[in-house]
Amino acid sequence: MMASSYTAKEEDGHITVSGPGALRSRKPENTAFKQQRLPAWQPILTAGTVLPAFFIIGLLFIPIGIGLFIDYTGVDASSPCFNCSQSFSWNSSRPFVFDPQSNVYVYYGLSNFYQNHRRYVKSRDDSQLNGDPKSLMVRRNTLELFYNDPNGTKVQILLNTTGIAWWTDKHPINWRRPVFDLDADEGNNGFINEDFIVWMRTAALPTFRKLYRIINKKSGMVPTLPRGNYSLEVVYNYPVRSFEGRKRMILSTISWMGGKNPFLGIAYITVAPCASSWASCCCSSTTSVETETTTLTFPTELLTCP
Amino acid sequence: MAEGSKGRVYLQQVFPLGTDKTRGGEVLCSREVAFPLKPVEGLIQTETRLFCSSADCVTPLFVGETHQLPQRTKHQSVFSPSTLGPLSHLQVPLKAPTVAPASAHATPSPGTGTADKGPLGRDERRVDSRTICVGHRSSSNNEAFIPPKFCDNRIVSSKYTVWNFLPKNLFEQFRRIANFYFLIIFLVQVIVDTPTSPVTSGLPLFFVITVTAIKQGYEDWLRHKADNEVNKYPVTVLEQGRRIQKESEKIKVGDVLEVDEDETFPCDLILLQSSREDDTCFVTTASLDGESNHKTHYIVPDTEKDLESLNATIECEQPQPDLYKFVGRMHIYKTDQEPAVRSLGPENLLLKGSTLKNTRRICGVAIYTGMETKMALNYQGKSQKRSAVEKSINAFLLVYLCILVSKALVCTTLKYVWQNKPGQDEPWYNEKTKREKDTNLYLKMFTDFLSFMVLFNFIIPVSMYVTVEMQKFLGSFFITWDKDFFDPEIKEGALVNTSDLNEELGQVEYVFTDKTGTLTQNNMEFIECCIDGFQYKYQDAGTDLDGFCVTDGPVNKVQHKAGREKEELFLRALCLCHTVQVKESPEQGQGQRDGLMDQVDGLGVDGLGRMERGSIRPHRSREALSPPHLMRYGFTFLGFESKTMKILTRDNDVERYELLHVLNFDPVRRRMSVIVRSKSGDTLLFCKGADSSIFPRVRQEEVERIRMNVERNATEGYRTLCVAYKYLNAEEYAQADAGLREARLALQDREEKLMAVYNQVETGMSLIGATAVEDRLQEEAAETMEALQGAGMKVWVLTGDKMETAKSTCYACRLFQRNTELLELTKMEAGGVRSDCMSSWTWSSANHDYGFIIDGATLSMVLNSSSESNSSRYKNLFLQICQNCTSVLCCRMAPLQKAQIVKMVKNSKGSPITLSIGDGANDVSMILEAHVGLVRNLTLKLTKRSLITVSDRENGIKGKEGRQAVRNSDYAIPKLKHLKKLLLAHGHLYYVRIAHLVQYFFYKNLCFILPQFLYQFFCGYSQQPLYDAAYLTMYNICFTSMPILAYSLLEQHICMEVLLDNATLYRGIAKNGMLRWRPFFYWTLLGVFHGLLFFFGVRYLFGNPALQDNGQVFGNWSYGTIVFTVLVFTVTLKLALDTRHWTWINHFVIWGSLAFYVPFLKQQRLYFVFANMLSSVSAWLVIILLILLSLLPEILLVVFRKPRGPHAGQMKPVHSSAGGHQSPRSSARPLLMRTFSDESNTVL
Repeated sequence: MMASSYTAKEEDGHITVSGPGALRSRKPENTAFKQQRLPAWQPILTAGTVLPAFFIIGLLFIPIGIGLFIDYTGVDASSPCFNCSQSFSWNSSRPFVFDPQSNVYVYYGLSNFYQNHRRYVKSRDDSQLNGDPKSLMVRRNTLELFYNDPNGTKVQILLNTTGIAWWTDKHPINWRRPVFDLDADEGNNGFINEDFIVWMRTAALPTFRKLYRIINKKSGMVPTLPRGNYSLEVVYNYPVRSFEGRKRMILSTISWMGGKNPFLGIAYITVAPCASSWASCCCSSTTSVETETTTLTFPTELLTCP
Repeated sequence: MAEGSKGRVYLQQVFPLGTDKTRGGEVLCSREVAFPLKPVEGLIQTETRLFCSSADCVTPLFVGETHQLPQRTKHQSVFSPSTLGPLSHLQVPLKAPTVAPASAHATPSPGTGTADKGPLGRDERRVDSRTICVGHRSSSNNEAFIPPKFCDNRIVSSKYTVWNFLPKNLFEQFRRIANFYFLIIFLVQVIVDTPTSPVTSGLPLFFVITVTAIKQGYEDWLRHKADNEVNKYPVTVLEQGRRIQKESEKIKVGDVLEVDEDETFPCDLILLQSSREDDTCFVTTASLDGESNHKTHYIVPDTEKDLESLNATIECEQPQPDLYKFVGRMHIYKTDQEPAVRSLGPENLLLKGSTLKNTRRICGVAIYTGMETKMALNYQGKSQKRSAVEKSINAFLLVYLCILVSKALVCTTLKYVWQNKPGQDEPWYNEKTKREKDTNLYLKMFTDFLSFMVLFNFIIPVSMYVTVEMQKFLGSFFITWDKDFFDPEIKEGALVNTSDLNEELGQVEYVFTDKTGTLTQNNMEFIECCIDGFQYKYQDAGTDLDGFCVTDGPVNKVQHKAGREKEELFLRALCLCHTVQVKESPEQGQGQRDGLMDQVDGLGVDGLGRMERGSIRPHRSREALSPPHLMRYGFTFLGFESKTMKILTRDNDVERYELLHVLNFDPVRRRMSVIVRSKSGDTLLFCKGADSSIFPRVRQEEVERIRMNVERNATEGYRTLCVAYKYLNAEEYAQADAGLREARLALQDREEKLMAVYNQVETGMSLIGATAVEDRLQEEAAETMEALQGAGMKVWVLTGDKMETAKSTCYACRLFQRNTELLELTKMEAGGVRSDCMSSWTWSSANHDYGFIIDGATLSMVLNSSSESNSSRYKNLFLQICQNCTSVLCCRMAPLQKAQIVKMVKNSKGSPITLSIGDGANDVSMILEAHVGLVRNLTLKLTKRSLITVSDRENGIKGKEGRQAVRNSDYAIPKLKHLKKLLLAHGHLYYVRIAHLVQYFFYKNLCFILPQFLYQFFCGYSQQPLYDAAYLTMYNICFTSMPILAYSLLEQHICMEVLLDNATLYRGIAKNGMLRWRPFFYWTLLGVFHGLLFFFGVRYLFGNPALQDNGQVFGNWSYGTIVFTVLVFTVTLKLALDTRHWTWINHFVIWGSLAFYVPFLKQQRLYFVFANMLSSVSAWLVIILLILLSLLPEILLVVFRKPRGPHAGQMKPVHSSAGGHQSPRSSARPLLMRTFSDESNTVL
């Protein structure tokens, strides 16, 4: 007894078996788990099972890819940004021929602007972004000062609440408008101003775009932006030259899958034949791939550079 | 046995000098001449002496260090030899370990100089002796005696107390390099301004530390409980004539204790009184060294029966861990008499932990208590074992550490290069704080470097250690649970004591096995005997035996008959020459022939008459012909009657012989003798032993007649034993008696002295005859061996047996096949050794199987060649030859030689993983040398208990007594046949599982962190993390941990039956095949590929971040979330792809953790990023695309490589008689370069 209890005393990492007497005499239970005989599905990947899957992938991906990729007919006026640093008014040289039938989204774009820089990301307050007005409440000043009159009456002294901050802090450089004056609408001002919030959702990459405005579709008959010439006036508030940044102004429609991006289409289209050809490499019987064009609305985009 | 061979090197006595790597106390040869050291006043000379001994010269090879003599203690002078009375010339001062006695009158007795017993290098304190007053009655003539303080009898095996648990456990844990690394990372995060919050790395670390601490705390609690159970155990103490019940922990040194039958001894006791008439008691030390036979212990001679009046002191050495060594002496003070001095040896010492058997009650005095008992000294913690897998992990870690550092360096460098461009460092919108501007540039660089390190540190997974440990811990239960390992006879299944080496079972390359008891059952079946050259055969099957063979004469005489006298002498010799104990059955009174053989395991022997349960307990299992057999021939051993052996002769007479001396068996002498005095007054010496040790000691003219028989028997595979006798005349006897007594009383070098006397007495005997017994093969021994060979393991048989016997056993186990070409390298009769044949030896044909046979004498010449250069050359040659042979047989081996062989192979090129199987007694040294050792611990006959011990080198180096390693065995299986499943199925699966686990872990963390690294190029090297802190923390803990754990526990890429049927599959994973650099690089490349794909796939998607159908744009957190989602799904599905054995658990865990990912994210804060992502079709499309794209190449690889796969051939089960026919080089090696460990699917 005494000795058997000693078997349990090992260094770490050793199994403690509570005495051979207790354990050893017991016959191991004949359960499927303990005998490692649990019923198991033992899949085997063979050409027979994998190749049809490849074909299916191929068949599925090609229409998706084609659907995603079908080019848009928008105007791409990505002229070099030679005068980003001044206020600018732009007149379209060609008539605007695309008739957007849906909402038109107006983006502003920036390049080489490291909004995802850690210093920047860190400076963001999440509750502001959530538009939580409570978090924006300035802590109420509960301090009150009284003058104790010799007669015993208390006279409150008026405390001036303004003029205590530097004026430069109130109107920081390059802030054309202070944060409390972003919008006339009270519900869209200050830190819950949507422009501000959009801006503060830090972009993923140094070249990015952000949604600025939406041009709502008026009625079913009229295009949102009818054909014709448009002019754009940009006031240069935001200096980007110091970091060689560039600005863009983008008008775009949105499809069900978001803004225009050829990547997905290309990727799907390339993967599909690859999968199929791999499959057909060892499968002698190749089936002809039928493609169907789907009728989808596709993203169109008008890119302009101020 | 050393005769004739020149220049052998013996390790005579080696102290475990701290870090000294030699094992202590091995004495190979007794011919060493005392090597006197000049006593230097005030100095102890401890020496590590290496003797080179040949027949007539002893050359010390080197003499070791010198130690300062510890201060003599006061009480020692009390026992200066002058006070010792007439026996003093026998006394060797206890301090003798080469102490020059300080007092002038101390006469250095012979042997003083050679004595070097104390483990001085380890602990000088132990050089001292301790003095104990029996029953705390200090002797009257010993006023100066101050009772020394000894520790109490509390056993403390626990490591922690409530108070020191936290600090001590934390300290222990952070000593592990991995934990320490993570701690450093955590601290850096706390101190430096780092991108991720300290929580991200603090939480996993905290988790790991807490889990480990809880586990260790629980284990320690168990230890506390066990300690308490031991410490509170009630014992009976005799105090002033009263018997007092005490708790075990209250026992003090000097207490007289009473122990009843079947109780364990609470501390180390000197036996004072026994209820048996013959002043002996029997104990079993099964729980100490695994030997379950009954050992006889003797009370100290001449102690008074009345313990009350006993006034004695005991002087003995300080506690030392060796279970089989003890020296001390007892001074018995009687009124008006000179004090008597009795020597104490191991036969008087009852060890804590052993159990009293067959003796109603004993009394003994406690001499070592608590942590100083030999048992406690032997149970010091084991060192952690490192398996080859762990070494691989460490190597991989190093690579990843390099990757990590280089990533951080690249980022830091690029950051400063990039910032050099005007405007980049500080755009107006992104100004630095004042503090940032003021900091020193280099300090900033360093901080940045640290920040990057922190950002990328997840590449080295904390959780891998946890998972690996959990896998090992939980996985080992499957061995315990396996019902195939359950042996109904002994009602025991397999036992796993360490889970650290599970996977090593799948990597064994060399199997060293003992023959007796391992390959064979050690279940002796009498075959024939030969008396005086005439052969007697035993032919019936035991059916016609009634229990009472009286006067039938020798059965079945074959040829002629030797003289009846000779026959009887032979049978008498066998009856007397043994150490069998007979238990008297209490219920049948002392009926003369009712001697029930000591019942131990309850095995029925031939159901002879009244010997229903006669089982015999020879001291050595190698007793060839045991008394029960003799009953058939009319001689019955009836047992002892206080030093008198009774035998029942053919004529139904009872003969009594007074047993004078037993010259014990030991494996070096290979013989044992008894000296008895017959009624007529003749003194006889009977000796039996191996032929090689008997033949040189008998008159040569008798040898030839019997030698022929012996050799014939040996060729047939029987075990032979020769019997000789000698009449001792009074003078000779007196001389021998004196010699033996003197040697037994010696405190120093007792064994050497005994050996010398034995050798002296056992000469000039006459040979009577020889016996042959058959040792049956173990169940399925041949199939097992065949399977092991088929699996590419090389089986070496290391045995002490004769070559012929061993060879035939090898043939029987199919280790040698008919077409095996045997190469023998043995000592020839003339004494010359064909050692030159080794160099001129060439391999004739490649596809031929070779077996190699070498014997001990030759081996010692090979290994211990006199000149250095020759030695290494021979060794290399020998090794080369052996490695090219499928099986090697080494016979006539001394225990130390077994160890030498194992060591040699283990240290050979590539350090192959070795596994030893032995029977625990004489194979311990070999087992200690092997990475994986199997020790079979034998009991006789049907009840066989075997232990597989996986022991590590460290134990051996520490010079611990080998049996403790056996006792602390790591794996135990009941039978040899279970070895096959253990290695081929369990070992294989464990290895594959853990290898996959490790590779997968590195892979999944690489593709986890690579996108984060790439992101630095797009965020101005600002250490902006790509993933949210929650992802960073939870990735390894929650999202991807369970599937791999389930996989690593349940995976059976090939099902067990197939593994067992096709031993060749084992070769596929040989030499750590799945954890070598090649597969590692494959996995790394895979990780890089996936990482790149994830990052750039999403990067191009974010070319236009307006991804929702309402035109709103996604920011950086969405980016990270998409990458992370792809990542989690891909790595989980990758594992699903690798899983070949889908149990419901796998399904549950894999699909469950994917399902868990989704709801978890919906609820978490992340600013609804995930929900927004789900509403974006593009995000969905890209996720699907990327997952498919990253998995497609894998699938293709699996599918297309399959037909050419190396395992294609394995679909046809290789049922061939494996081993011999398959060239080891035809192994299915290519598995390791394949992508999937498990693409070799199961075929059903």
